[in-house]
Amino acid sequence: MTTPPPEELAIGSGDDVVRVRQLVRTAAGHAGMSLVDQTKLITAASELARNTFVYGGGGAVRVEHVVNARGRAGVRIAFSDRGPGIPDVDQALTEGWTSGGGLGLGLSGARRLVDEFELETEVGKGTTVTVTKWTR
Amino acid sequence: MERVPILKIGDVLLVSIQIDLQDQSVLSLQEDLADKIVKTGARGVIIDITAVEIVDSFIGRMFATIASMSRLMDAETVVVGMRPAVAITLVELGLSLGGVRTALDLEKGMRLLGAALPDTGAGRR
Amino acid sequence: MSGEDGGQGRIGELLRDHRESVLDRWVALVVAGLRGRLTEGELRGELTELYGLIERAAGGDGTASGELHAALADISRSRARQGFSPSETAISVFTLKQAVYEQIENAGDPATYTAFIAFSQSVDDLGLVTFETYAAAREQVIADQAEQLLELSTPVVKLWDGILGVPLVGTLDSARTQVVMEALLEMLVDTGSEYAVIDITGVPAVDTEVAQHLLKTVMAARLMGTECVISGIRPQIAQTIVTLGIEFGDIVTKATLADALAYALDHSGVAVDAKAGA
Repeated sequence: MTTPPPEELAIGSGDDVVRVRQLVRTAAGHAGMSLVDQTKLITAASELARNTFVYGGGGAVRVEHVVNARGRAGVRIAFSDRGPGIPDVDQALTEGWTSGGGLGLGLSGARRLVDEFELETEVGKGTTVTVTKWTR
Repeated sequence: MERVPILKIGDVLLVSIQIDLQDQSVLSLQEDLADKIVKTGARGVIIDITAVEIVDSFIGRMFATIASMSRLMDAETVVVGMRPAVAITLVELGLSLGGVRTALDLEKGMRLLGAALPDTGAGRR
Repeated sequence: MSGEDGGQGRIGELLRDHRESVLDRWVALVVAGLRGRLTEGELRGELTELYGLIERAAGGDGTASGELHAALADISRSRARQGFSPSETAISVFTLKQAVYEQIENAGDPATYTAFIAFSQSVDDLGLVTFETYAAAREQVIADQAEQLLELSTPVVKLWDGILGVPLVGTLDSARTQVVMEALLEMLVDTGSEYAVIDITGVPAVDTEVAQHLLKTVMAARLMGTECVISGIRPQIAQTIVTLGIEFGDIVTKATLADALAYALDHSGVAVDAKAGA
């Protein structure tokens, strides 16, 4: 079985958010995730892609297949933008906090749907959110 | 952008979502529904999401908005056909749909609204 | 280097020249070690193939040693599945040393002993391959059984038209709870049932994570337009839930499965009458 190469996609419109979901769906299916895990990962990706588009002013996503030390397959997705960055990360990850009129579930909600969540941000430079989910 | 069609059955408006919803479609659906409720004087709204594979916070929020909006216009909203994986994900996401009523399928949703189904001859106990 | 090559070559010669007697002795030793659990015929087939490969490998044939490892792995896997013990599996390889050693003793050529040490080492390496594969195969067997057990121990049953029941028995861990709950939600859709009773009478204790899973399931079921009733919460579990501060909110809980069923029947509009005289 060959691992598909990483795929990248620019996020510059609402349509792209839908494209990200489709890309992640294919990757999650290929990794052999259960239906529930697939749904969780796609939903997390949808939230983060919207963040990239709405708050980051557009950016890109990279979806890749990974294998952990115990040989488990997983999918890693990185969203990056060159937007304003997040001044207060703790606050942004707080339940119900929002800066853009959403329900504020974007970051904190997405974090609960994945196994690993990493946030790198610099004010004025941009933000990169990387999430990973492993097959059970 | 694709628009989601709204069907009228008796005094119930039926929205069956068959596409992968983009945010703009979600917003126009909200507007279209508000217009239609006023125009038709509908008493109920059924949103059928049997075919929907993911509901994120934006789409989830639409259900809540439509429900409160239609309530203001004296119509009840029922979301029907949510898949188990979608329901589990929504709970994990931390999104409660607030006052949105839900039913397993279209028929049970219609019954919940007290609306008569088009007569199919299927007898009820 | 030349000494080692020469040594291996010497054993290769020995294996070839005394094929019949060494192979016979090897088969006899393995048969004795397995105490008749495999017939001599079966064993001879396997060992003859191995012997051929070992003979070629000892003669310096590189492809033979790859094939040899593969063949050994196959044998160890099937031994593991058939329930042989580790030593019963390893014996098939290690007894070759004895068979060869006896042959060398009979010949009485002291130079061959040096070669035997190198050969003995390579047999040990083969033994390790056997062990690795055996252990991996056993782990696979255990994992498969655990999964089967999980499926067996998580039944979703129909209690009535439109009412499902999940009698949970035994310790609930996070993984099992998740499997059952997903199965339950799927069944609700498949059967068009609007009620489910999760009975935890047979569950001695729950931890926070399991309680959370139960709670999330009830919430998910609600999003789908169905209702879950939890029955049979033991005093200890009730205490855990309260102490841990888990918010069970407005979830319907009943003392017994019968109460829960009565509740679901009542709410789905089924009247149950006691017959006269009952």
